Amino acid sequence: MRSTTSGLSQRRRGRLLRAVGSVFAATAALLLIVAPASSATTPSPTPSPSATQFTNSISGFLRGDDRAPIPGVTITATSGDFTGTTKSGANGAWTIGVPTQGTYEVKLDESTLPQGIKLAEGQENPRNVTFSQTSNLSVIFTFGKGIVVEQQNFMQNLLNRLVAGLSFGLLLALASVGLSLIFGTTGLTNFAHGEMVTLGAVLVFAFNQMHLPFWLAVILAVIGGGLFGYVQDAGLWKPLRRRGTGLVPMMIVSIGLALSVRYIIQFYFGGATQQLPFAQSVEILIGPISISPNNLLSLLVSAVVIAALGVVLLKTRLGKATRAVADNPALAAASGIDVDSVIRIVWVVGGMLAALGGILWAYYRPGVTFDMGSQILLLIFASVTLGGLGTVWGALVGSIIVGIFVELTTVFGLAADLKYVGALFIMIVVLLFRPQGILGRKERVG
Amino acid sequence: MDFGFIFSSAAGELFSPTTAAYALATLGLAVHFGYTGLLNFGQAGFMAVGAYGFAISTLTFHVPFFVGLLIAVVASAIFALLLGIPTLRLRADYLAIVTIAAAEIVRYIVTTNQLTAITGSANGLAAFEGDFYAMNPFPPGTYVGMNNRDFFIRVVAWAVVAVFCTLVWLLMRSPWGRVLKGIREDENAVRSLGKNVYAYKMQSLIIGGALGALAGMIFTIPRGAVQPANYGTELTFFLYTCLLLGGLGTVLGPVVGAMIFWVVLSLTQGILYGLIESGTITWLNTVQAGQLRYILVGVALMLLMIFRPQGVLGNKKELAFA
Repeated sequence: MRSTTSGLSQRRRGRLLRAVGSVFAATAALLLIVAPASSATTPSPTPSPSATQFTNSISGFLRGDDRAPIPGVTITATSGDFTGTTKSGANGAWTIGVPTQGTYEVKLDESTLPQGIKLAEGQENPRNVTFSQTSNLSVIFTFGKGIVVEQQNFMQNLLNRLVAGLSFGLLLALASVGLSLIFGTTGLTNFAHGEMVTLGAVLVFAFNQMHLPFWLAVILAVIGGGLFGYVQDAGLWKPLRRRGTGLVPMMIVSIGLALSVRYIIQFYFGGATQQLPFAQSVEILIGPISISPNNLLSLLVSAVVIAALGVVLLKTRLGKATRAVADNPALAAASGIDVDSVIRIVWVVGGMLAALGGILWAYYRPGVTFDMGSQILLLIFASVTLGGLGTVWGALVGSIIVGIFVELTTVFGLAADLKYVGALFIMIVVLLFRPQGILGRKERVG
Repeated sequence: MDFGFIFSSAAGELFSPTTAAYALATLGLAVHFGYTGLLNFGQAGFMAVGAYGFAISTLTFHVPFFVGLLIAVVASAIFALLLGIPTLRLRADYLAIVTIAAAEIVRYIVTTNQLTAITGSANGLAAFEGDFYAMNPFPPGTYVGMNNRDFFIRVVAWAVVAVFCTLVWLLMRSPWGRVLKGIREDENAVRSLGKNVYAYKMQSLIIGGALGALAGMIFTIPRGAVQPANYGTELTFFLYTCLLLGGLGTVLGPVVGAMIFWVVLSLTQGILYGLIESGTITWLNTVQAGQLRYILVGVALMLLMIFRPQGVLGNKKELAFA
């Protein structure tokens, strides 16, 4: 009797081991396809020797008041005993790789400027610049006679940040709605969700390096994200659910997955920041609001995708089934809903949404790095807990609040490198007074 | 490939101060997670509070060593209180998210340029270990192949680990420890016996957090510098790997886990670098070899959790989860 049960468990264990192995094989295979492309090409669009050695960089574009690029200007960044020098390229772009984030003195050598071009009035040179959370910092020098940089008034700034915050919040929502759906249907707090976000951006970069058209690269990256979700559920989470693994062990397994996937991505992608195509764009004016076209597009894309998801969840049979499983899996199964296939679809959709969110996040930051997803993982968690764990609309509302809050805190005087602190702090305060979140149902959560 | 060098450096990791720091921080996690069932994902934050509490009180306020140590421990206790008040009444996953968020808040605050004068921002602080080495009773010379400073820090670090292992062992045998284990098994049952579960959880959080703060100091003193980048969320996850390696509800598990963790990391590094240098492996460079090791850490964490959640020394009946 005993021997048969142990034999059974051993067989099950073997199956699980194979399943876990298959997840890694698939992940590695997926990345292997990508690897040659990313390693074969030169990593940086502006070939500056110092930029490729460090993960952090200070960069910018030099353009005259006629928007023509200004090449061959020497720019120096110093901090302590570190000095980096570069010349602006033919397109006016310059990048200086720097070892650590922090404050740097950036100096533009005015004697190397072409004739007839001068720094605009009020342009500090040299000036001190400070990194916030990103690994790339842009410094803008404006040129031309008599141009005075307009001091933005407070309301203008507030409005701009509000729209930028909405754009950021909606891209966060793409990731957090997926996380929330997964939590709602399986109870898993998925720490590997940040890597699902990273994967989207990294795949677009890789496909772009293979010279695929941009739209195709984006579509393939989103499909890749869905595939990653599928493989994860099929190879890892479903076997674990079958086995009756508790939620806390599954959470720790997801941490292990997050660590290994993050370093697998770094293994192939490297530690540097890369830019996606069209990452540089000039801000445009829409009424009183100045916004970059990328941010505007990101805002529209995420709003449309979330609206579509909302329609699917509310109107279709599949959406109804998903909500039923989230509400009560046992009852859903008893009423004839195929719980496992609903969960599978949720994982695929979650992976696709996360990948899309990652692509938009790469434009918002801007830049692609191997840890870009884990940088916003906590903001995603904050959004989901703020709105109420497991509720889709809560995740949406929470994300928008977090996005706008993060952007607005800088308007009200919080230092830029502390802007995530505000959002995390708000989450803790909300948990203190309304632990079920803003839209969560009132129930015991402890 | 020089196997003698690879094995001797791996053996060196066995008793390095970093291993001791990991062991002590993991012991704190064992108190939290292994004995009480509290899912603390912010142990890196406790370590940062300890390290910075000590470094700042030494450098900014010029207090003597033991006052600095006391300040570090008290700061971690306050941090534990601040964390515990909103979250200890909530479900386990809420505590996990809040602790990891709080640890990141600590890291952001010590990184910000607003406080560069006090925290040194991203560059961190250095040169605060003078008082510690001034107490070195060993005259200059060679001790087991080390100089007197390296030998002193190892002796102190492992003595601290031994003392706290004994203390935790005694605590967990006491009636107080039995209540903690009771909370881990069934919180409501303990509550119905008239115990104040919230207070017990808070005490456990403070004790484990103080161990984390001491570990942060042990981690930072031999380096002579404290930098925020060392206290990211990965550190906590590595500690969980150590804990699961050794065994959750055990006293020696964290020590064994930390030793295995660092010896295996050192061995894989030595062997991979050796293979790369000898030209046996050409598809890797040394940077990628470093990343490969952390891929393995992640895989090890998953496999341990799935197939041997009780670790090397643990008892399957004594798990924080059914």
